[in-house]
Amino acid sequence: MDGSETAINIMVGTIRAGTPLVFAGLGELIAEKAGVLNLGVEGMMLVGAVTGFAVTVLTGNPYLGAVAAIGAGMLMSLIFGGLTQFLLTNQVATGLALTIFGVGLSAFVGLSYIGTPIQGLQPVAIPLLSQIPIVGPLLFNHDLLIYVSFALFAVVSWFMFKTRAGLILRAVGESHDAAHAIGYSVVKIRLLAIVFGGGMAGLAGGYLSLVYTPQWAENMTAGRGWIALALVVFATWRPARVLIGAYLFGGITILSLHVQAAGDAVTNAMSVFPEPIGRWLLVIINSSHLLATLPYLATVVVLALISRDATKIRLNAPASLGRPFHPGA
Amino acid sequence: MLLRLEPRQFTSKRMQYASPLIAAVLTLIAGVILFSALGTDPVVALHTFFVRPLTSLYGVGEWALKATPLLLCAIGLSVGFRGNVWNIGAEGQLTMGAVCGSGVALAFWGDEGPWLLPLMLFVGVLGGMAWGAIPSMLKNRFNANEILTSLMLSYVAIQILGYLVHGPWRDPEGFNFPQTRIFGDDGILPVLLEGTRLHLGAVLAVICTIIVWIFMSRTFQGFKVSVAGQAPAAAAYAGYSRKKVILLSFLVSGGLAGLAGIVEIAGTINQLQPIISPGYGFAAIIVAFLGRLHPLGIFFASLLMSLMYLGGEQLQIHLNLPLAVTGVFQGLLLFFVLGSDVLVRYRIRLISQPKEA
Repeated sequence: MDGSETAINIMVGTIRAGTPLVFAGLGELIAEKAGVLNLGVEGMMLVGAVTGFAVTVLTGNPYLGAVAAIGAGMLMSLIFGGLTQFLLTNQVATGLALTIFGVGLSAFVGLSYIGTPIQGLQPVAIPLLSQIPIVGPLLFNHDLLIYVSFALFAVVSWFMFKTRAGLILRAVGESHDAAHAIGYSVVKIRLLAIVFGGGMAGLAGGYLSLVYTPQWAENMTAGRGWIALALVVFATWRPARVLIGAYLFGGITILSLHVQAAGDAVTNAMSVFPEPIGRWLLVIINSSHLLATLPYLATVVVLALISRDATKIRLNAPASLGRPFHPGA
Repeated sequence: MLLRLEPRQFTSKRMQYASPLIAAVLTLIAGVILFSALGTDPVVALHTFFVRPLTSLYGVGEWALKATPLLLCAIGLSVGFRGNVWNIGAEGQLTMGAVCGSGVALAFWGDEGPWLLPLMLFVGVLGGMAWGAIPSMLKNRFNANEILTSLMLSYVAIQILGYLVHGPWRDPEGFNFPQTRIFGDDGILPVLLEGTRLHLGAVLAVICTIIVWIFMSRTFQGFKVSVAGQAPAAAAYAGYSRKKVILLSFLVSGGLAGLAGIVEIAGTINQLQPIISPGYGFAAIIVAFLGRLHPLGIFFASLLMSLMYLGGEQLQIHLNLPLAVTGVFQGLLLFFVLGSDVLVRYRIRLISQPKEA
């Protein structure tokens, strides 16, 4: 009984920890499918997080906060869109600038909200379905945004592979010149994709400050925007793999928390390893700092493993990714 | 659409120099708007931000002091950026440089000599290089995107620093504060100017800048890096190894960031603590672009960026504005720099006829 409850808790925690990555990852996926590499995800998430939080404090309504977070992310992405699509700036540098700006702006705006308590989004149990053992608590007893993330995954997959608009989006990402030649407005389509990515990054930030840890702290995204960017590469630009990857990283985050809480049991378990390794593992487990490195290290390792096959990456990456488009240039 | 971009046949030399100035002016204008919106007199605020920090000798010393790590990181990054190698993890390499160099100081604590400081600097450079070598090897061996890996490793480095100062390296007589012992005199960089905190690190930074300048403009290796960035196809055709360019870029930028880290510790802080940099490694990316990846430009850009840090502090002290204003300004400046660069490559034309298909 206790064991299965813990397992369900860990899995529910995994979904919660993975959800911001689902939002940000799927948003960035759409932008990249249109051929735009926006490295500003971290910045857009932070601004989304602080805006969502501030609006929740001011109105008392976290749902309004979530909507505001989306809007803030969209506004941020418009800066990126304007610079890269109209002024043809380097996408890598502009994305970095967006992150730096977002870090500063969110810290600035959020200053008066540090330590303010809010009532975050509460779980909404779906009648009947949430009563099913195991599956119920796992899938049907979440806050609204998690259901939204499930729906978003379905919509993005359907849009990309089953609709004409999705086909056009991918065409623009593969060859902007060809898409332009048949009469599609490359800039307009890319702007829409960028704004969608921004909105989702904003919502990802909002999820952090409204649900995951309902408070505002400077830099509270802690690199999740960058992990989301890495996820899109791991996923070789496929929505289902983004989803799996997001929960995988959510799981690593949650496990590292549970390992620390487990205490003696883990200490004993480490004795099965041969001498120096067991001791090193203990050092890592006993330090919250070293445990906190695990998601980042996992990102690096998985990225290396997936990217190893250069041809696969090249074949899957949108061919025009990161390249500026200027008609007649 | 009334405005149209027309590609220039040649990049405009005039605009190359004018665009950073345009960006600076636009940032100032944005500053006026920002401060007005905050209900502060923009003239007073801008004076406090840009002029007041430099009204004393101590202030000028601080100016050069804060420019030192920025210059070291940015000059290193510029090598990679020129070669189209994106090291975004200077912050982590700076941290590892500081950690490794400080490790030497702590290992020989109470048992030191004049040899200690050179050894610390050397090990600091090695530490930064080693940390920078990881993303380059992952890129060369596994094709892993260096932007993402170098950035992830920055978060790892900062956590390692946190582990050390909270754990094994904590000062045994420090009342459990998360910081190491304060280094002995032989582990501290000498002060250059009486009445300031300005130390020898500033001179090291200028020397390194000159060396990188010579390397990029006068050596074959430096030429290869530039070609790799400007014309990758030509570089491949000429048989220049892309992998070597990537490794070299990361070793140079990592080593210099590592030097920045240990210089910051040995010169300014004199012990390790959980936070040793207000984001110098990230701000250095802005500095590199603002200086148009040119050593002289980067030198001036690092001074401007340093002034922004000082200005932020002054605003906090005198006008009670949050320190985060600096971050907002930094982001705006980079936006304007990137945006006004369009003028170098394109001409903006006003057109009145309806747009063509």
